[in-house]
Amino acid sequence: MRRFTKALLGATTVLTISTALPSVSQAEQLTLCWAAWDPANALVELSKDFTAKTKIDMKFEFVPWTSYADRFLNELNSHGKLCDLIIGDSQWIGGSAENGHYVKLNEFFDKEGIKMDDFVPATVVGYSEWPKNTPNYWALPAMGDVVGWTYRKDWFEKPELQKEFQEKYGWKLDAPKTYDQLKQIGEFFQNRKIDGQTVYGASIYTERGSEGITMGVTNVLYDWGFQYDNPKKPYEMEGFVNSEDAVKGLEFYKSLYDCCTPPGSSNVYMTESADAFKSGQVAMQMNFAFTWPGLYKDEKVGGDRIGFFPNPAEKAHFAQLGGQGISVVAYSDKQEQALQYIKWFAQPDVQAKWWELGGYSCLKAVVNAPGFAASQPYAQAFLDSMAIVKDFWAEPSYAPLLQAMQKRVHNYVIAGNGTAKEALDGLVKDWTETFQDDGKI
Amino acid sequence: MTLSHSSIVDKAAETAAKATPAPIAVRVRGLSDRAIAWLFIAPAISLLLAINIFPLLWAVYLSFTNYRANRPNAVVEGVGFRNYQRVLTDPDIWQAMQTTAHFVFWTILLQMLIGFALAYLIDRKFRGHAFWTTIVLIPMMLSPAVVGNFWRFLYEPQIGLFAYAVSFLSGIPTSQIQMLGNVSLAPWAIIIVDTWMWTPYVMLICLAGLRSIPDYIYEAAEVDRASAWRQFWSITVPMALPFIMLAVLFRGIENFKMFDMVTLLTGGGPGSVTEVASITLKREAFETWATGRSSAFAIVLFVAVFGLANIYVKALNKVKQR
Repeated sequence: MRRFTKALLGATTVLTISTALPSVSQAEQLTLCWAAWDPANALVELSKDFTAKTKIDMKFEFVPWTSYADRFLNELNSHGKLCDLIIGDSQWIGGSAENGHYVKLNEFFDKEGIKMDDFVPATVVGYSEWPKNTPNYWALPAMGDVVGWTYRKDWFEKPELQKEFQEKYGWKLDAPKTYDQLKQIGEFFQNRKIDGQTVYGASIYTERGSEGITMGVTNVLYDWGFQYDNPKKPYEMEGFVNSEDAVKGLEFYKSLYDCCTPPGSSNVYMTESADAFKSGQVAMQMNFAFTWPGLYKDEKVGGDRIGFFPNPAEKAHFAQLGGQGISVVAYSDKQEQALQYIKWFAQPDVQAKWWELGGYSCLKAVVNAPGFAASQPYAQAFLDSMAIVKDFWAEPSYAPLLQAMQKRVHNYVIAGNGTAKEALDGLVKDWTETFQDDGKI
Repeated sequence: MTLSHSSIVDKAAETAAKATPAPIAVRVRGLSDRAIAWLFIAPAISLLLAINIFPLLWAVYLSFTNYRANRPNAVVEGVGFRNYQRVLTDPDIWQAMQTTAHFVFWTILLQMLIGFALAYLIDRKFRGHAFWTTIVLIPMMLSPAVVGNFWRFLYEPQIGLFAYAVSFLSGIPTSQIQMLGNVSLAPWAIIIVDTWMWTPYVMLICLAGLRSIPDYIYEAAEVDRASAWRQFWSITVPMALPFIMLAVLFRGIENFKMFDMVTLLTGGGPGSVTEVASITLKREAFETWATGRSSAFAIVLFVAVFGLANIYVKALNKVKQR
């Protein structure tokens, strides 16, 4: 009987310990939510140092870009506890701050001596501040990103092509400085046979479902003079969104799509654009800078064969901001540990390693370091691009604003319905309605 | 000694009651058959109420408010019929409804014609017909996600087999065969895929209809020297009609809410030419977060489908009674 009692006690102890263990380890585990892409893999690698230092395990929830916003905005709106830390898109900052999804970090930054002045100003405004240009911080700049271009350096350097191009256009075939030059290069390569394969001018963003075409067309619109609203009177959009220059910019984007993209490019975003470049179809490719390390390493098109350049200029010179900040989710039960992670992540040596592993640090100490520009072949293009960034609306209503632009622009550029003026007039109408619903006008 | 059936039951009940603690026995004895029946179906009914009826009623309530799911802390106010008014006067929503109608009409027409023709052929019982039936059924066994991605590659102008096949037959260069990027071709690209995938399903239903026709009717018709054409129109079609109508009903309801295939193939583009109602609804509900308005749209869609389906079922019953 005593033996039976002992066995029973033993079994109970084992059972108790085994059920208690997960909750112990759960308390020491943080879940970080982000998109499933190359930098996320780099972050997994980087976070091993955090675990080694603090004994806090890191769990990752990565979702493909096409469902990233849907998935995580649903999670935040339903006050879910899945994510302790979230690297949310720059445009979410307004909604997440106003709806109480993110923890405000000002006090924490002050306490830990984390200064926003230590980060690239554009990334602080883009990823951390709400309202914009006020010292209210909801995230730490985590992953700098911007739309830029890659080109086939090996094709551009072919003597026979250089000669032909010079004769035809009167200037040396090289990375374009303006959009007019870019279009000329696109036309030059379109349907050309190189090494027995038909190639095309450029791959640009045209995707309809999420944010693709907006992230592409804004690069051109900004350069032509498009503005979101009257700088002197917020939310006054008439004559700014649909100005004559903006109309010309939109017409140009359509002409670029019509003249110089590969057949079947009606739904292209980051993956498709990178694939078009990797498969040797295009001479140039528009894409976010995060794709550059992977493309540089590519056996077929990387190394000496690839070059990088920032978004070309026209009347003005801007580039669409990408990238994200890292925030603590207000519904997490482990906010203290999550803040510990942010404190660790903000350290200069961690940021330096982040860049080495393929993440784009926003810390000035890293990007302004003497050897930074030469540290990677794409570092200079990244620096130049980050100096000219401009972002889409980051209002709480960014989603309807984005959807309206997706629809209007895609209807004109890809489907060829109506005129550029009609598309932008329609956009002013949609955006006005949204802001009226929000009570902002 | 023989006992009547009722006395055996009574004895068994008495034994069971004795074995059961008194209060429970009294309660069980006190329950009527109807009450016991309700007790048994109560879990299923509660589940139905919780996951079907309650959300429906909740959506009806939300459709009369300005609620936005992404702003849970905002004050929710009643807006009367404003959401319905906006939905019913929104040109984009009407455009989406037209796109849906176009898609539903053509997919059903093509699936019925091809499905019935295939069923008619397979019903002939030629050699190896079981093998060919299995082959024909394969597309409907695939996941729509697989089919969508698979056809996206087939339609690819540069590497897609579809473009090569069309180019081979027509002489048009492959680069010009942009099924998913061309405004005129994109709706047809989706119709082709849906027809390819779901025709076997229609075929199965039609085959069941054809096999249900007794042979003696054809034998009688042959005795009367009715031609094959006459037999087809006077026996086969009328007797298989209830099955065909059932297939139309199933496919109609399914295609009215088509979402996955369109999302995978075109995302609603180019522009909005393939944006069917369900995609517009999803964008309103989960991208623009206009929860109140999207609830009103969902209710309008529900009433439309429910109303049409009811009228159709009545017509189907009349055909059956003939």
